Amino acid sequence: MRFYEYEAKALFQKHGLPLGQSKLIDNSSGAPNQARAAFKSLDCGPVVLKSQVLSGGRMKAGAVQFADTADEAGEAAKAILPIEVNGQKCRSILVEEKTPIEQEYFVAITWDGRAKRPVCVFSDMGGIDIEEVAEKNPEHVSKTHFSSILPLTPRIAKEAVGATGVSGSDLNKLAPIVFKLMQIFLKYDLTLAEINPLAKLKDGRFLVLDGHIDMEAEARGNHKALLDELGIGDEETRQGRPPTEFELAGARVNAADHRGVAGNVVEFDGNLGLVIGAGGGSLTLFDAIRDHGGEPANYCEIGGNPSMSKAKELTKLILSKPGVEKIAVMMNVVSNTRVDIVARGVIKGCLEAGKDPAETIAIFRIPGAWEEEGFKILEKYGVDYCDRTVSMYDAAGRAVAKMQS
Amino acid sequence: MPGEFIDIRVDAKVAKNATLARKLAEICPVSIFISPDEGSGDGIAIDESNLDECVLCDLCLQAAPKGKIKIVKLYE
Ligand code: SF4
Repeated sequence: MRFYEYEAKALFQKHGLPLGQSKLIDNSSGAPNQARAAFKSLDCGPVVLKSQVLSGGRMKAGAVQFADTADEAGEAAKAILPIEVNGQKCRSILVEEKTPIEQEYFVAITWDGRAKRPVCVFSDMGGIDIEEVAEKNPEHVSKTHFSSILPLTPRIAKEAVGATGVSGSDLNKLAPIVFKLMQIFLKYDLTLAEINPLAKLKDGRFLVLDGHIDMEAEARGNHKALLDELGIGDEETRQGRPPTEFELAGARVNAADHRGVAGNVVEFDGNLGLVIGAGGGSLTLFDAIRDHGGEPANYCEIGGNPSMSKAKELTKLILSKPGVEKIAVMMNVVSNTRVDIVARGVIKGCLEAGKDPAETIAIFRIPGAWEEEGFKILEKYGVDYCDRTVSMYDAAGRAVAKMQS
Repeated sequence: MPGEFIDIRVDAKVAKNATLARKLAEICPVSIFISPDEGSGDGIAIDESNLDECVLCDLCLQAAPKGKIKIVKLYE
């Protein structure tokens, strides 16, 4: 769940990170007047006006503008308001003091799935694409893992900064900022806490110029107080783009029945519908389909023993998507989801969509609880299935091969 | 009408037993049986649209006199 920049900065401010002066104005027709007033009340000279959207690419889209006078600020606000950035409308505009910068740094805390630990990525070449820096100037990027269980010490932050060659007073000023970001990351169950750029000003001070925060969606309940404080409502999904009609329909399928999960879908352009899930299985299976050259029509997550009707409605929804020819029904080995109930659901979904399950289900690979019963059902309807002796990767390959034959 | 996968057959000898009908409505975890208190008549009534939700838990078989209710798996 993504935060807007102004919310990320409010969180940073709460924890004492250094920020420039700013004012938030709304996206109404009165925004130009508000921008003029903000310029005057900030009384800090030139300002930068930044559209508040959840997507990157603001500068390129013209949604970040500079102003040296109050009138220029009004004009900039007027120009920014109608600009959509990657399909996202301007939610509000942050008017912030423009500071004379000497050097820009990058710092991000995220999860390293392979190391199964948080990692701090730091660079003394901030403000630009960090992947590019890592490729062309790897000596300017440090990656420092730390524990999410053991007590966090400032020494780790110092190591992360020092590893890029930063020393002396810069090291002493940067390390506490990085340390606070690590603490924020852990405290609020974040999946990303990033400052880019973290600027060193000409007067030697350091300021957070832009920030990104992603919170683990499942942790929302634990941090309700913070979300309330920031004005983030329960209804806000906060993904990188607004949900499509297909995705909203999936959410309705999921919400209509409390039993299990089936309906968290993300839309893609391909022709192979996916009914997938179980303990990370969704991501593995999605990647496997793509690795075999398949084109998924959707990502989804099923699990927790959804009812027959929930699996059925999800199947019907996926089959209703234009261009979807077949579906692949695959999960890791399941212990808390009934194979036979999912089998009933997907078969009934095909039938109610007017399709032959044997032709439509490219592969059914859900081993686990009640699998013998499930396999009996699949056999009766002539659906191709496999048990746990076939890996998820190979099952995905079988599904893709059917799409290509 | 049976479901796509499941049918439930109730012996005529218990079909009008309102006490059993109430018990079945109470125990079935997926609401396949309708209680007479919900206006379904005075005997055992089945929500046919729900038959395929049956999780084969056998609770109804245990609640009824032996052999008087049968769960039929139509895929066998
Ligand atoms: S077996 Fe269980 S789920 Fe099925 S009808 Fe009987 S009580 Fe309901």
